[in-house]
Amino acid sequence: MKISVEPRIEASSGLRFVVMSTSILCAFMFGGLIMGIVGVDPVDTYVAMLEGAIGRPEYWSQGQFYSITETLVKAIPLMITSIAVGVAFKMLFWNIGAEGQLVVGAIAGSGVALFAKDYGLQSPYAGINVILMCLAGIMGGGLWALIPAFLKTRFKVNEIITTLMFNYVAILWYQYLFNVVWKDPEGMGFPGTAKFDGVWILGRISGRLHWGLGIALFSGLLVWIILDKSKWGYEIRVIGQNIKAAVYGGIDVNGNVLKVMLFSGGLAGLAGTVEVSGVSYSLQEGLSVGYGYTAIIVSWLSRLNPIAIMIVSVVFAGIMVGGDQIQMTMGLPSSVAYVLQGAMLFFVLGGDFFVRYRMTLTKGQRHADS
Amino acid sequence: MEGIVKDFPGVRALDHVDFIVNRGEIHGLLGENGAGKTTLMSVLCGLYRAEAGNVYLHDSNSNSEKEVVISTPRDAIVCGVGMVHQHFRLVQSQTVLENCILGIQGSNLVVDYNAIENDIIELGKKYGMEINPEAYIWELSVGEQQRVEILKMLYRDAEILIMDEPTAVLTPQEARLLGETMKRMAIEGKTIVFITHKLDEVIEFTHRSTVLRDGKNVSTVETGNTTKRELANFMVGRDVVFSIVRPNISPGNYVLEMRGVSVYDSRGVQALKDIDIDVKSGEIIGVAGVSGNGQKELAEVATGLVGCNNGSIYIGGQDMRGCSVDGFIKAGVSHIPGDRIGVGLAGNLPVSDNLILKSYQIKEICGGLLFNKRFVDEYVDRLIDEYEVVTPGRDTLARNLSGGNQQKIVLAREIESTYRCYDDARLIVAVYPTRGLDVGATEFVRSRLVQQCSEGAGILLVSDDLEEIVAISSRIAVMYSGFIVDVVQADCVTLEDLGMLMAGESL
Repeated sequence: MKISVEPRIEASSGLRFVVMSTSILCAFMFGGLIMGIVGVDPVDTYVAMLEGAIGRPEYWSQGQFYSITETLVKAIPLMITSIAVGVAFKMLFWNIGAEGQLVVGAIAGSGVALFAKDYGLQSPYAGINVILMCLAGIMGGGLWALIPAFLKTRFKVNEIITTLMFNYVAILWYQYLFNVVWKDPEGMGFPGTAKFDGVWILGRISGRLHWGLGIALFSGLLVWIILDKSKWGYEIRVIGQNIKAAVYGGIDVNGNVLKVMLFSGGLAGLAGTVEVSGVSYSLQEGLSVGYGYTAIIVSWLSRLNPIAIMIVSVVFAGIMVGGDQIQMTMGLPSSVAYVLQGAMLFFVLGGDFFVRYRMTLTKGQRHADS
Repeated sequence: MEGIVKDFPGVRALDHVDFIVNRGEIHGLLGENGAGKTTLMSVLCGLYRAEAGNVYLHDSNSNSEKEVVISTPRDAIVCGVGMVHQHFRLVQSQTVLENCILGIQGSNLVVDYNAIENDIIELGKKYGMEINPEAYIWELSVGEQQRVEILKMLYRDAEILIMDEPTAVLTPQEARLLGETMKRMAIEGKTIVFITHKLDEVIEFTHRSTVLRDGKNVSTVETGNTTKRELANFMVGRDVVFSIVRPNISPGNYVLEMRGVSVYDSRGVQALKDIDIDVKSGEIIGVAGVSGNGQKELAEVATGLVGCNNGSIYIGGQDMRGCSVDGFIKAGVSHIPGDRIGVGLAGNLPVSDNLILKSYQIKEICGGLLFNKRFVDEYVDRLIDEYEVVTPGRDTLARNLSGGNQQKIVLAREIESTYRCYDDARLIVAVYPTRGLDVGATEFVRSRLVQQCSEGAGILLVSDDLEEIVAISSRIAVMYSGFIVDVVQADCVTLEDLGMLMAGESL
C-alpha cells in the first residue's frame, strides 16, 4: 500500500468546513493530552474554561453576564489589532508591530486625556473628547507604523525586522512615561499616570463592557467593505497576489505601502486608545497582554477575512478569559490558553494540506481498467 | 503507456490514451492547449495518478518490457524518467552543482564536490552542454538554465527525458542548439519526449510524433512521412489557414515616437543605445532580434515600466517625461507582457479581477471609492464571451486556466481598456503575444491584433517568431546589442536577411 498525493484544482466549501472543524477538534485534543500529562482531567478543565468564558445558564437566568462581558472586553482590542494586521497581510506587508502601534496609540490617547485640559481643548461632552482621543491614538499608531513603511519604500529595509523591533522601542517609551515623566504625584509611589477625568472615559454597556465594542465592530465592517468592494481594496489585493502585475497595471506600490501602514498602524493605535479610555482610565502597567502578537494568529486563522476575524477574536478572548479562570479556581497556569492558541494555529495551518492536496491509497499494483 | 484515463473535476482530461515511444527516439507530442499533453506526461512522472491504465518501461536487465507503478515523482526518478518543466524548477540562489544534487539521497555524510563537479563537466561535454558547475543560477541566461535542468536529469541517470515545450523560452539559435543536443542524446540511447506547439521543430527534430486532441489519441506518424499542414489538421481537427492578412490601411498620426532613448539596467550596463523608433496609427512595427539584445527594455520603456536615462518619448504627441506607468496607461498604452504568468496576471485572483486591472479606474467601474459590482460583472462576462475565454466562470482563479485562455484574458483586458478609456492615441505593445500558444489560440491572438490595427491602433510587436513578424508587420526593426540595426519594409525582406541583421551585420 502506498499513499499518493496530488494537488486539487479547487476545493469545495464543504471540504474546507470539515477540515477546519477537524483541525480545531485536534487542537483541543492536543491541549487535552497536555493536560493529561500534567495530571488534570481535560474534560473538567475545558468545562471550567468554558464557564470562565461564558458563565453558566443559571447565572444568565439571574441576569448575570459577568463572564461574557469579560470575554468581550478582551475581544475588543484583539479584534481591532487583528483587523489592523489583516489589512497589511492582505498586501503581503508583514506588520508584526501591532503591539507597539497599540502602545503608541495608548500613549497618544492618554497624553490628550491628561493634558488637553491645560490647552483649553477639553469639551464638557465625553463623546467629543473620546473622539479627539481616538484621533490622537490613530495618528500615533499610524505615524509609528509609517516609519518602517518609509524605511521599506525608501531603503528596502525588511519590514518584519523593523516592525518587530519598534515594538520594544514603543514599550520602553511607554514604561518610561508612566514610571517617570507622567507619573501621578499623588499616586502614593505606585507607577502609573493619574486617572483620567470622567469626560475622557468611554461609556459602558454592561459590567465592564464598554462602547469600544461598537468601535471594533465598526472597524471590522469598514475594513470588510474596503477590502471587498473598494478600489483601494482591489489595489491591495493585486499587490498582495502579484506585485509585478500591480506595477504593470499602473498601481502605485510604494504609495500603497505607506497608506496601508498608516491605516493598519492607525487601527492598532485606536485599539490602544480604546483600552486606556475604556478599561484602565490611565496609562499604567499591563496595558496589553500581547494582543498585537495574538492578532497575527487570529488574522491568519481567519484567512484575513475581517468578518471571520471578528468571530475568531471573540473565541480567542474566551480562551484567554477561560485560562485566567482555571488559574484562579483550579490552580492551573493560565498559559494553558496560549498552548491552545498555538495548537489551533498549528493544526489549522497543517490542515490546509488536506484542502490543497488529495491523498489516495494505492495498492502495490496498478488496478485494472475501471 | 496504455489506456490511460485521467479525470479532473468536470472534465476527462485523458480518455484511454495510448502512447508508445521507442528507445533512442525523439518523439514529438503535439496538441492544442488543453489537449492533454502535459497531463499525460505528469502521469508518467508521478505528479498525477491515473484513474486507469498501465505504464510499461523497458527493463535493461531482462531486455523486455515491464509494468511499473509510478505514483510519486521519486518513483519516476528511480524508473529513469525525468521531466524538464516549462517553468524551471531551479533554486536561483544556488549553484549549478548544488541544483544538480538537490534531492538526491546520498549515503555519504560528506559530499565529494570535486567528483560531482567532474561528473557534471563530463556530462556537459558528452552532450554538448558545457556549463560552469560553480555558476549561480541567477547569473545564467534562460537557455543556460534550461541546460542545467537537462543536466540535472542526466545526472540522475534519466533514460527517458520529457521536455515540456522547451523551445518556448528560447531564441531560434538556442532552439537549434537544443535540437542538436537532443539528437546527440538520442544517439547515446536516451529517449526523448518532445512536447511542442511549433510544427517546424517537430518536422526538424523528431523521428515520430503523436498528436492528441481533447484528451484522445488522434494519430501517431513517422515524421518523415508527414507535413506541417497534416499535423496541424490533426491537432485542430479542421483545415488551418496559415496566412493572416496584413492590415492594408494607410498609416495615420504618430502614436509612439522615441528620440535618442538610452537606458542603463540595474547593473549599469547600457541596455538601449540611442534608440529612434516611431509607430503610426494603423501600423504594426515588428521588433526582431536574438533575445537579450534590448527588446525587453524597449517594451518596458515604451510602456513606462522603466524610465529612460536619455532621450524622449512621445505617446500621441504627448511628452511622457517623468510619467508613471499609470500615466502611460492613461495616455492610451496597452501592454501584452512577455511573461504573462509572472507579470500579466495575478494567478491567485479570479478571472474578473484580472480582467479589470487596466480599467478599474474608469467611471463606470468605480465612480468614487466603491466598485459598481453589477457593471463589473456585466463587463467581465461580455469580455469572457467576446474573447472566447474558456472558464467555468468569472470567479475561477486565473492560474487554473490553460495558457491560451490566460493569454486571451490579457488580450481582452488590454484591447478593451484602451477602447473604453481614451480614444485618440492607442498604442499596443505586444511582447511574445503568441509564445506557448496552440495553433487555434495563436490565430485568434494575431487576428485580433490585426483587427485592432486596422481600427487605428499602432502596434509594437516584439516576437521571436520571425514568420509571425514578417506575416503581420508593415515595417521591422531589428535589434542587436541595444541598437536598432536597421528598419526594413516587411514585404521586401527575406528571413535570411533578418537573420543577418540579427547577428549584427548590415545588409
